[in-house]
Amino acid sequence: MHGALAGGLLATATVPDALTFAVAAIISVVGALGVVLSRNPVHSALMLIMTLFGVAVLFVEEDAQFLAAVQVIVYAGAIVVLFLFVIMLLGVDRNESIAAEPMPAQRWLAVALGVLGLAEVILLARGKWPTGAHTVAGPLHGTGQANVAVLGRSVFTSYLLPFEITSALLVIAVIGAVVLARRPRGSGEDVDPSIGPRVDSGEIVAGGGGSAGRGGAGAGAGSAGAGSAGAVSPEQSIQAERAAGELVTAGEPFGAVLKEAEGVSIVQRRES
Amino acid sequence: MPDPLFAHGVGLAVILIAVVKVVAIFAVLLVTVMMMIWVERKVISDMQNRIGPNRAGPFGILQSLADGIKLFFKEDLLPERADRIIFKLAPYLTLVPAFLIFTVVPVGGIVTIAGHAVELQVADPPMGILFLLALSSVSVYGTMLAGWSSGSKYPLLGSVRASAQMISYEAAMGLSVVAVVLQTHTLSTRGIVLAQAPHFWKWGVFTTGIIPFVIFWIAGTAELNRPPFDLVEGEQELVGGFNTEYSSIRFAMFYLAEFMNMVTMSAIMVTLFFGGPDGPGFHFLRWLWPILWFAGKTGVFLYVYVWIRAALPRLRYDQLMDVGWKTLIPLSLGWLLVIAGADLHVGWLFGVLGGVILAGLVLSQALNVSRRRRELEAETAGRGRVTRVAEQIRLRALAAASTAASASSSSAASTDEGGER
Repeated sequence: MHGALAGGLLATATVPDALTFAVAAIISVVGALGVVLSRNPVHSALMLIMTLFGVAVLFVEEDAQFLAAVQVIVYAGAIVVLFLFVIMLLGVDRNESIAAEPMPAQRWLAVALGVLGLAEVILLARGKWPTGAHTVAGPLHGTGQANVAVLGRSVFTSYLLPFEITSALLVIAVIGAVVLARRPRGSGEDVDPSIGPRVDSGEIVAGGGGSAGRGGAGAGAGSAGAGSAGAVSPEQSIQAERAAGELVTAGEPFGAVLKEAEGVSIVQRRES
Repeated sequence: MPDPLFAHGVGLAVILIAVVKVVAIFAVLLVTVMMMIWVERKVISDMQNRIGPNRAGPFGILQSLADGIKLFFKEDLLPERADRIIFKLAPYLTLVPAFLIFTVVPVGGIVTIAGHAVELQVADPPMGILFLLALSSVSVYGTMLAGWSSGSKYPLLGSVRASAQMISYEAAMGLSVVAVVLQTHTLSTRGIVLAQAPHFWKWGVFTTGIIPFVIFWIAGTAELNRPPFDLVEGEQELVGGFNTEYSSIRFAMFYLAEFMNMVTMSAIMVTLFFGGPDGPGFHFLRWLWPILWFAGKTGVFLYVYVWIRAALPRLRYDQLMDVGWKTLIPLSLGWLLVIAGADLHVGWLFGVLGGVILAGLVLSQALNVSRRRRELEAETAGRGRVTRVAEQIRLRALAAASTAASASSSSAASTDEGGER
C-alpha cells in the first residue's frame, strides 16, 4: 500500500512514516483537547479544524488520499464553516457562561463515556483487526487512481443499500429542516414566539372588527365582525391581519412598532 | 501516476530539485501577483479613460512594490475588541491556501534535470483536483475569521456574506469539476492535462460541452469575491468589507491573497478546460513552449477578470443567491447527468437529456410559482420598512375607527367572542 507520491520513500524508510504519524497524532490530540477546553466557541471550532487536518494527514499516510480530501472538503470546508456561521449569526460568541451547567450529571457521564471509548480503542488496538487487516471495503491497494476506483466500486456495488439509505436519511433531514424552519408569511398563527413579543393578529382584528378573528377562521370571522361593526370592510381587516403577521415575522428590528401594536390590542381589550 | 522524480529513491539531488521547484513557484507567483496588480490598475485606468499609476518606474511598473513597502512600514493596528490570536491568524489562513492551490497546477511538461525526470509542478497528488477543492473550501476561513475577529459590525457582516457566498458557489464549482473528471477519468491534475492533449478539440471545454466551463468560471469568480460578486467588500454598505479593521502588512496579505487567488483560479481553469500547457511546440527549446502556452492562456483569463471588473456592476445579494442555488447548481447537476449518459450510450444520452430537460422545466415552474407567491405576499404585506410602518399607521387608524364602531354597537354585538375577551 505504498503511495504514489512517496513510494520509494515509504518502502525504504519507516522513520519519516513514524515522524509523520507522530506529528499528525499530536496535532489531532492537541486540537481535540482544544475543542473541549477552549472557553470561546469560535476557538473550539478552529481547534476542531486542526484535529480534522491532523486526521486527514493520517489518512494520507494510510494511502487513503480520497478520504483525506473528502474529510477536509466536507468537514473542514462545510460543516465547521456552518458551525462558525451559526456562532456568528446567533452571537453566542460573547459572554457565554460556562460555569453554569444546565445538566450537572453530563460532565461525569462524558468523562465516563470518554474513558470507556478510550478503553475500547486501546483494547481494539491490541488485537489484530483494527489496523486494516480486516477492512470491510477490501484492500485499497494499487497506485493512485485505484484508491478512488476501489472505493467507488464498493460503495456502488456491495454497499449500495447502506449508501442509498444514508443519502435518503440526509434528504429527509434536509426536508425536515426546511419544514421546521419555514413559516408561512402573512399568517399570524405560525409565528415563532421566540422571535419577538407574541402579538396575535386575531386580537388586533378582533378589536378592530369586534370579532374573534383568530387563525384559520380569521378571514371569515373577521368579515362577519366587520359586518356587524359596519365601519371596516372585509378586505381591510384581512390586510390588517396580514400586516400584523408581517410585523411579527419581521422580528426584532421592529420591536418598537410591535410594542405599539401590542399597546393597540391591550387598549382594545380594555375598551371592549 | 507516480511522480517520476521519486521513482529512483530519494537522494540529495532529488530533494534539492524539489526545494528549487517550490521556491521557483513561490517567487514566480509573487512576481506575477505584483505584476497583476499593476496590470489591473493600468487596464482599468485605460478602460476608464485615466492614466493610472505612472510614477514608480517605467509606466509605473514598480507601483505594487512601492505600495508593498509603504504598507509594510505602516503602523499595525489591532482593534481593542478584536480577538487577538485569530485576528493575526486570519491573513495567513487566506494567503497560505492561495499559495498551496498553485502547487498542484502543472505549468509545463516533463523536463530532465541532472538525469532526473522532473514534472513542472510542485506536487502531483493522486487526488490533485480534490486537493484544490479542499483548499478552496479552507480559504473561506480566512475571510470569515478576519471579519469575526475584528470585533466590529461591518467586517462581521462582510464575512458572513462572504462565507455564505463561497459555500453556495463551491457546490456548483465542484460539480463542474466532476464533469471534467468524468471525461478525463482521473483526479490527478497532471493526468487531466495529459488526457486533454494533443489536440485542442480534446480540451475539457469541448469534451464537457462548454456548460461546465461557464459554470466553473462564474462560480470561480464568486469564490474569488471578484466583481460582479464582490458583495463581501461592498464599499457603499459595508465600509470596506471583512478587512475594514486591517491595516499595514496584514492588509497587504489580504490584498496579495486576493490577486493570488485570481492567478490561481485562472491557472486552474486553463488546467481543467484548456489543456493546461498543451499547444503546438517547435523543435528548439522544447521545454519552453508548454510553459509559454500555459502562461499565455492564464494571461487571457486574467485579462478577462479585469475586463469583467471594469464592465459589470455588482449583483444584489438576493440575486447572487438566486444565481447560485437556483440556476448554477441545478444546471451543473443536470449537465453532469447528461455527460454521464453520453459516456454510456447514445440511447442513454437522449434519455437523460429528456429527463433533465423535463426536470428543469418542473423546477423552473416551481421557482416561478414561489416567486409569484412571494410577490403576492409582498404586495399584501407591504414592501420594506417604510411600507410596513405605513401599514402600521393604517392599522392603528383602523383600530381607532373600529373602537368607535364597537363602542357604539357594543350593546348590539355583545354576543361576539371578541367582546367577551
